[in-house]
Amino acid sequence: MVVVAQIGLVVLVLALAHRPLGEYMARVFTSPRHLAVERAGYRVMRVDPDAEQRWSTYLMSLLGFSLAGVLLLYGLARLQDVLPMSLGASPFDPAGAWNTAVSFVTNTNWQSYSGEVAAGHLLQMTGLAVQNFVSAAVGLAVAVALVRGFARSGTDGRVGNFWADLVRGSVRVLLPLAFVAAVALVAGGVIQNFHAHTEITTLAGQTQHVLGGPVASQEAIKELGTNGGGFFNANSAHPYENPAPWTNVLEVVLLLLVPFSLPRTFGVMVGDRRQGWAVLATMGTLWAGAVALLTWAETAGPGLAPLAAGGAMEGKETRFGLAASALFAASTTGTSTGAVDAAHDSLTAPGGGVAIVNMLLGEVAPGGVGTGLYGMLVLAVVAVFLAGLMVGRTPEYLGKKIGRQEITLVALSVLTMPAIVLVGTAVAVATPEGRAGILNAGPHGLSEVLYAFTSAANNNGSAFAGLTVATPFYNTLLGLAMLAGRFVPIALVLALAGRLASQRSTPASAGTLPTHGPLFVGLLVSVTLVVVGLTFVPVLSLGPVVESLS
Amino acid sequence: MSTTLVPPRAAATPHRVPAAASALSGRQLLDALPGALRGLDPRRLWGAPVLFVVEVGAAFTTVLAVVDPSVFAWAVAAWLWLTVLFATLAESVAEGRGKAQAATLRATQRTTTARRVVAPADTLTETTGLAALPTTEVPSSTLRVGDVVVVEAGQVIPSDGDVVEGVASVDESAITGESAPVIRESGGDRSAVTGGTVVLSDRIVVRITAQPGQTFVDRMIALVEGSARQKTPNEVALNVLLTTLTIVFLLAVVTLQPFAVYSGAQQSLVVLVALLVCLIPTTIGALLSAIGIAGMDRLVRRNVLAMSGRAVEAAGDVDVLLLDKTGTITLGNRQAADLLPASGVSPEALADAAQLSSMADETPEGRSVLVLVKERFGLRERHDLAGAELVPFTAVTRMSGVDLPGRRVRKGAAVAVTHWVRSTGGHAGADVAATVDAISASGGTPLVVAEQYGNSPARVLGVIHLKDVVKEGMRERFDALRAMGIRTVMVTGDNPLTAAAIAAEAGVDDVLAEATPEDKLALIRREQEGGRLVAMCGDGTNDAPALAQADVGVAMNTGTTAAKEAGNMVDLDSNPTKLIEIVEIGKQLLITRGALTTFSIANDVAKYFAILPAMFVVAFPQLGVLNVMHLASPQSAILSAVVFNALVIVALLPLSLRGVRYRPAAASVMLRRNLLLYGIGGLVAPFVGIKLLDLVISLLPGIAS
Repeated sequence: MVVVAQIGLVVLVLALAHRPLGEYMARVFTSPRHLAVERAGYRVMRVDPDAEQRWSTYLMSLLGFSLAGVLLLYGLARLQDVLPMSLGASPFDPAGAWNTAVSFVTNTNWQSYSGEVAAGHLLQMTGLAVQNFVSAAVGLAVAVALVRGFARSGTDGRVGNFWADLVRGSVRVLLPLAFVAAVALVAGGVIQNFHAHTEITTLAGQTQHVLGGPVASQEAIKELGTNGGGFFNANSAHPYENPAPWTNVLEVVLLLLVPFSLPRTFGVMVGDRRQGWAVLATMGTLWAGAVALLTWAETAGPGLAPLAAGGAMEGKETRFGLAASALFAASTTGTSTGAVDAAHDSLTAPGGGVAIVNMLLGEVAPGGVGTGLYGMLVLAVVAVFLAGLMVGRTPEYLGKKIGRQEITLVALSVLTMPAIVLVGTAVAVATPEGRAGILNAGPHGLSEVLYAFTSAANNNGSAFAGLTVATPFYNTLLGLAMLAGRFVPIALVLALAGRLASQRSTPASAGTLPTHGPLFVGLLVSVTLVVVGLTFVPVLSLGPVVESLS
Repeated sequence: MSTTLVPPRAAATPHRVPAAASALSGRQLLDALPGALRGLDPRRLWGAPVLFVVEVGAAFTTVLAVVDPSVFAWAVAAWLWLTVLFATLAESVAEGRGKAQAATLRATQRTTTARRVVAPADTLTETTGLAALPTTEVPSSTLRVGDVVVVEAGQVIPSDGDVVEGVASVDESAITGESAPVIRESGGDRSAVTGGTVVLSDRIVVRITAQPGQTFVDRMIALVEGSARQKTPNEVALNVLLTTLTIVFLLAVVTLQPFAVYSGAQQSLVVLVALLVCLIPTTIGALLSAIGIAGMDRLVRRNVLAMSGRAVEAAGDVDVLLLDKTGTITLGNRQAADLLPASGVSPEALADAAQLSSMADETPEGRSVLVLVKERFGLRERHDLAGAELVPFTAVTRMSGVDLPGRRVRKGAAVAVTHWVRSTGGHAGADVAATVDAISASGGTPLVVAEQYGNSPARVLGVIHLKDVVKEGMRERFDALRAMGIRTVMVTGDNPLTAAAIAAEAGVDDVLAEATPEDKLALIRREQEGGRLVAMCGDGTNDAPALAQADVGVAMNTGTTAAKEAGNMVDLDSNPTKLIEIVEIGKQLLITRGALTTFSIANDVAKYFAILPAMFVVAFPQLGVLNVMHLASPQSAILSAVVFNALVIVALLPLSLRGVRYRPAAASVMLRRNLLLYGIGGLVAPFVGIKLLDLVISLLPGIAS
């Protein structure tokens, strides 16, 4: 019953919040006015926020900004021993610093280090926490640029101003939400201080480390920005990050909040709310399916060990229980968050499989901040292209014809992630360095590697555990996977946005494929499952499927 | 505005083309075989990456079978070759259907002797007396643009051109399939003649407008043979998607081996190639070009020549149809629809006078009066017209009629007849004026009939109501178009009042009244500004700018060379109503492509269920539960999937040549039906097909386990 109540509560809060938040975001990204604080920021950055950029300029600004972020994080991580507030942490090795820098800039927050041991407060706050905001804002900016592409007609490919979108996303959307969330989390018992880790003597006379740090502020944006990088290694299973069942529910809500609100923003900006509903319904259906399957997998607990133990409790927090862990796992893999409140390695075999598939769909259920929306819109273009022909017209989505150039961009974008995952996983299992990191033999070992590359290429950041990734091999390769998995699709999506913005819109008629309503939602769900899913059936059948059937 | 000069026919059935064209005979397949074998050339397949991958896979498997022979390896290799062959066969069959037609057309192309006018170029600008100039006989193949030739009765017109002098009846059956001769004359909209057609009477002087090898017939041959076929935009886009899917599956299969090795279930390369070929979208890849060629062929069968495949696709996308009123929506001319007698006049008297007055009226309107009185009052043609003097219509009197001994009957425009009545001292009653106004208000044309006995004042007998008669079934067609989301705009030179009345009767969505060619062009531009695609048909030189501007411009074959050059399609039957059929063919082409793509991708699900358990069941016996079809053995399962994959190409070939069934309906209705049929069908069909094939294949020696 608690399961249903928790899921019901999450759905209720999202149902109430997504409309006002979505509409607010639409206003944020279409308003001509600047806040005083934003203007000050533009002056410091020496940019003109009112200058509309063509997609290529937009992309260059985005890449330049991200490169600066990578370099800064790399420097902070490498030099943290000589910088203040390091808490005595030693500097990162080059591969680890590269991996961490890329990881946080790409909104992946894959952590090949242990937060409380390896990262001092300065790196956590000025490096990682800042990227938690801006990397999410970058995703938001790309999504908004693509939506503008659909909404505009016959321009010369201008899709907005990256700096304005970045600043507004951070200042007007993420910061206020994160502030409120942080306060709520502090009320729930999440710590927020600047204490160094202190050593105390317990009643039993033993010594224990009591950890400190600005956790709540980071925790809020960790979920809200679908980042997932935990202050502590145990992530949201750590009591200082996630003390109580209700903070657990709050964290699930936070990580789903922006992705589930963006379809509304999309609907408002393209001037047809029904389009937003269709995208929302597709995301919701996939998310609900994942939650249902994972909950079933965990509570039914197939497998010998759970059967013997009476439940699949290995690797789960008893404070939350099976169902809440399943809800969290489905939501964190469905968004590109990657925060965990249970060890995904210890999910039951089908449960782990669902978590992998959820990511392999390309993070669209509902996906990361921004990335979920643009990922789903790309899939919608594929769906329209396949089915649109069947109504006897050149396929068009939201009045934009899907011709050779559009489908090329979309196809390459859809191709990128499977290519990275499959090639990366193949390289890892085929080389001694890769096999060295695998903990479990057999199909589960394959699942571990597959999970790592899936998580990296989709910028999820959750780890299956088990796999030893703090090696130069995995740090480098996964860093590349994260980088390509993030910026190749972004470049293609922005190019698509530019193409669409320069295209004249065709008004809809009775002969146009309706892209709202249950039929299209069903179609979009099928395309997501079939087109993306089919690619991975072989490898899944050797990993989670074999495991599940054992 | 333009007018249609040839009476519209109901969709003419060209006699050249065999009627049962959609049925696929064994003979056709056999004839197409040489072409199919030529198609196996890898350089030709390079353009279709899906097929290229299959061919490379087939070659690779053959090498593997030679190195390590087994029944299974040879069987897979053979069926992979057959898969490629079926694909090239599909294209070859589609092309073969145009071959016979091309041969007929070639027959018209024999080199003839032309009588070229020998004169300085500047004298050739004259349009009179050219026939009197000296001529020299030259082979028709040497004629250049600007040459002037004289063609007389019985001679073949040597090349395309415009008639600059004279008028002649021409037999164009070689091109149009229509045996009735047509009139070609200098000036106006009937001046274009086509090389290869025969002058039946009189003599004309023709200025050549086409270079050798680029005549209309040359282009027709290239089109029906498919040699000039370029991939259409949507076909290219679809090819991009198919190529991407091929790459994705290539990656999935190539990376499967490391996973399999890791899992201790290394696979033979034959099996991996088989898996790859089954997964990549071979069905649609194989049939894609056949669908395109067949789509063009369907147009040709309806006697429409599309100058580019792009135009055929655009036809499916059309949002607005501009239709000329006359000849397209209404019958060629206004017709007498009613007789309204003045007070105190019997209908019979009016009918009698109307008939008399129309005896001299050779216009279609005049003839329609005769038809009406014959139908309504049984008045047959009269022979009691001794001493009658016919008074023809003139622009001055604006009346026609007849003068009998002691009796004069007149018919004409209300103003003219009223004036005539007054001049004899008579007067028209108020009721007649009211009737005239009522007819005008309803968009009709009133013709007033009056008579005069001796020198007494003339009196008005009544009014003939002339109106445009909307062709039968037009309203239903417009309703169907509306359901498809296409707006129809009627274009007419009539005044807005008349135009609106006919528009309402025909059920068109919009009307452009008092249209000049400039108005038409402006309307097209306006619609295009709004992102809509416009289709229109036209025949006159003044239609040329609009035809060129429209996304789909269908020129009538009877039209001028300028119009034919400007449009991107030519209708040999010169039937403007065919625009609607062209739109339907365009839609059908796209639907067929989409349906088979969906079918092809949906097939993969079943193939996975066949092949994956077969591959790994030895290493992981638990995967046996995925063998939902209970296929006999791993080898027969894989072979069944490969065979199914090849046979489905042949099975769907007739469908791709014929096109999927198309009924005009709203997009949502069509989507639901086609998704159900081809999406769900594509999901289910291979489960059944592979199971059935497995039942047979598992009996083969060397395959059965």
